[in-house]
Amino acid sequence: MPLKEKVCPTVDAAVAGIPDGATIMFGGFGGAGFPNNLIQGLARQGARNLGVISNNCGTGEGELGILFKNKQIRKVVAAFPGPGAKYFQEQFDAGEIELELVPQGILCERMRAYGAGIPAFFSPVGVGTEIGRGKEEREIRGKRYILEQALGADYAFIRAQRADHMGNLIYRKAARNFNPIMATAAKFTIVEVEEIVDTGQLDPEAIVTPSIFVDRIVQAPGKRYV
Amino acid sequence: MSKARLTREQIAERAAMELPDGVYVNLGWGIPNLIAAYVPANISVYFHSENGILGMGPRAKPGEEDFDLVDAMKVPVTLLPGGSYFSQDDAHVMTRGGHLDICILGGLQVSERGDLANWRVPGAKGAGGIGGAMDISVGAQKLIVTMEHTAKDGSPKIVNTCTYPLTAIECVDTIVTDLAVIDVTPEGLVLREVAPGFTPAEVQAVTEPKLRHAASVREMRLKPR
Repeated sequence: MPLKEKVCPTVDAAVAGIPDGATIMFGGFGGAGFPNNLIQGLARQGARNLGVISNNCGTGEGELGILFKNKQIRKVVAAFPGPGAKYFQEQFDAGEIELELVPQGILCERMRAYGAGIPAFFSPVGVGTEIGRGKEEREIRGKRYILEQALGADYAFIRAQRADHMGNLIYRKAARNFNPIMATAAKFTIVEVEEIVDTGQLDPEAIVTPSIFVDRIVQAPGKRYV
Repeated sequence: MSKARLTREQIAERAAMELPDGVYVNLGWGIPNLIAAYVPANISVYFHSENGILGMGPRAKPGEEDFDLVDAMKVPVTLLPGGSYFSQDDAHVMTRGGHLDICILGGLQVSERGDLANWRVPGAKGAGGIGGAMDISVGAQKLIVTMEHTAKDGSPKIVNTCTYPLTAIECVDTIVTDLAVIDVTPEGLVLREVAPGFTPAEVQAVTEPKLRHAASVREMRLKPR
């Protein structure tokens, strides 16, 4: 039986078919591990009214910034939109964008829960703060916890260092960050990588994201924005 | 005796003395970020970064930066022997799960019972951002807050009840400021040290809750400069 072809010839082919109104997770933190080629591709592709899940909201026009500049985004779930997120901040101040602010570790854990088939979980983070407001609270073994909902998305856009043709992934240093967790929490994961190798060439002990979580792969050199 | 309040670097220097040998530590933004430079040479401390680094080393030298190896402030750093990389969710297994021995964060307000407010000034423009501070505050085995003792207008930052949005409740163990070292205990705030030249009464005058005094309130010992 032939292997399903996951490798796309171009970035534009990798982002083809994303519909208006889609929810998309974007990996990356601190300038490292952002799928900047896919983001630029989505800016060209032009899908609008997007729901975005990302630690932050871009640096000027870089990273997610171009999608805000193009007004392609309607809603954001983020831990730290960031002082450099010029276009997001402008639209947030103008009331054009809906923001759900989430503690960073809870953002991770909500995605991990979704990917693992757990619909919700109790967490100590945010108890007694505005994050806990309106959420079910329960005392478990003498401590207070709030109920957090799992968080999934239609798509994950991620970046890795190396893929094989099946979509097994290896990351590089702190560019790993949110990428592996997002691959598990989206219905469809698109990954840009520095290098694609033949299947069997990656050390199975070193694979971080197994191929089952990956749907499309495109080779594209890393881009960095300051 | 001079009576200058501590500089930010001196607050960092004093906070570094709270680190025992062999601990796993997360440092937040601001003054905490200055602390790594003051860890005594005779002890080993392993720094954690919430973007997936344990055993983080000093900043990368100019020309040797690797932008896939940055700290939580986007600064290119290095990895020490024995260091490791992992995903953001595993990084927060370490924070929330109680695996970090000591975390040191900046603060806007700390209350008498150890509530911390450090992520948003009320009325500030923009969306604000929480980052990892809530997860870190809840999970740290010991949480130290470093900050100036008073706000720019002179008002106390150590207060009966926080009026700024909270980061976490009942989470702070020790406060290191430019005037004092104060421990949060079930009996209330205990003044352990004062800055050189200052008296406990002077510290109390700019602290809203009543300070109890440790058996002997010492003067901080800092390197002469």
